[in-house]
Amino acid sequence: MHELQITERILNIVLKHATGQDVSKVVRIHLRIGALSDLEDEWIQHYFDYLSRGTVAENAILAITRTGAILRCKSCSCSFEVSREELGRAQCPDCGETGLELVTGREYVIENMEVL
Amino acid sequence: MSDAVRLIEIKEEIHADNQLVAQGLRRQLEEKKTFLLNLMSSPGAGKTNTILKTIDALRDRFRFGVLEADIDSMVDAELIAARGISAVQLRTGGFCHLDAAMVAKGLDALDLDALDVVLIENVGNLVCPAEFDTGAVKNVMILSVPEGDDKPLKYPLMFTVSDVLLVNKIDYLPFSDFNLEAMRERVLRLNPRIEIFEISAKTGQGVDNWAAWLGREVSSFIAPASGASRPRIGKFLNTSRC
Repeated sequence: MHELQITERILNIVLKHATGQDVSKVVRIHLRIGALSDLEDEWIQHYFDYLSRGTVAENAILAITRTGAILRCKSCSCSFEVSREELGRAQCPDCGETGLELVTGREYVIENMEVL
Repeated sequence: MSDAVRLIEIKEEIHADNQLVAQGLRRQLEEKKTFLLNLMSSPGAGKTNTILKTIDALRDRFRFGVLEADIDSMVDAELIAARGISAVQLRTGGFCHLDAAMVAKGLDALDLDALDVVLIENVGNLVCPAEFDTGAVKNVMILSVPEGDDKPLKYPLMFTVSDVLLVNKIDYLPFSDFNLEAMRERVLRLNPRIEIFEISAKTGQGVDNWAAWLGREVSSFIAPASGASRPRIGKFLNTSRC
């Protein structure tokens, strides 16, 4: 639902990093987004195509990697990855404990970009 | 050579600018001794009524202000101002959530020196508000009984970022198949630190327990006991694989 605002931020950061780097075109932008995000990949690209018109990032492809949620067991400190669907019913694979804390899964990172 | 694709490293968090504004806001509010609480839920879960009941329970101890966020309309702010409480209506104009900059703008319209607590009524939505740090000291969410006990499975992030879950409309329990125990188990798996209170903002049932918790939090924020550590806000933990 808030893809437009997020996409605007992505574009601003990309343009900031393109400035002064002799970039004629941004080809691909690599994003790492956590499993807990509700963003729709298709809409981010759609908004990006719209917002980036007339900039060096026009027609750039957003390559999105989803990172899993990593939980840590409160009892034995074991860390393990779960899918978004498994989050609400997860338990420690080692000791069966259900008291778990989220270690990763909320990331929104622009890793790098391929440019010409 | 000019046709060769080059890689530019960025490694930037998309929310970094919002987090900076939120942290600045928290520092400013800490100096002013104003406790900011962010209340989130889906539309119709009872945010406005919960705010009114909460203020009723604590208004002889603290001075309250309210930031009302809605995509449009002034109805909530009018309802609160009618009780003699300072209220500012933020019209987000289509935005599905509040970010820290919008909250800062709303706070500018309140006299913070005359307030101990500001309650933010975020836009009714279980998705987007969970993504944006508002600068609040505590995040509180409401899940109302008619919405169903499966919501932690559908909106895990909201339950993960909240410090408190208010299960509202418990007066509906006898007419519903809402399973409190199943809901509690799902929520605690997502967030073992969360405090859960069962309330009915309509009948007032359970509001005392919630208000007592909030009263303690506000008191220790305004006048921290010497040697007490500040509440930890936001958690980033290192991962180790087993």
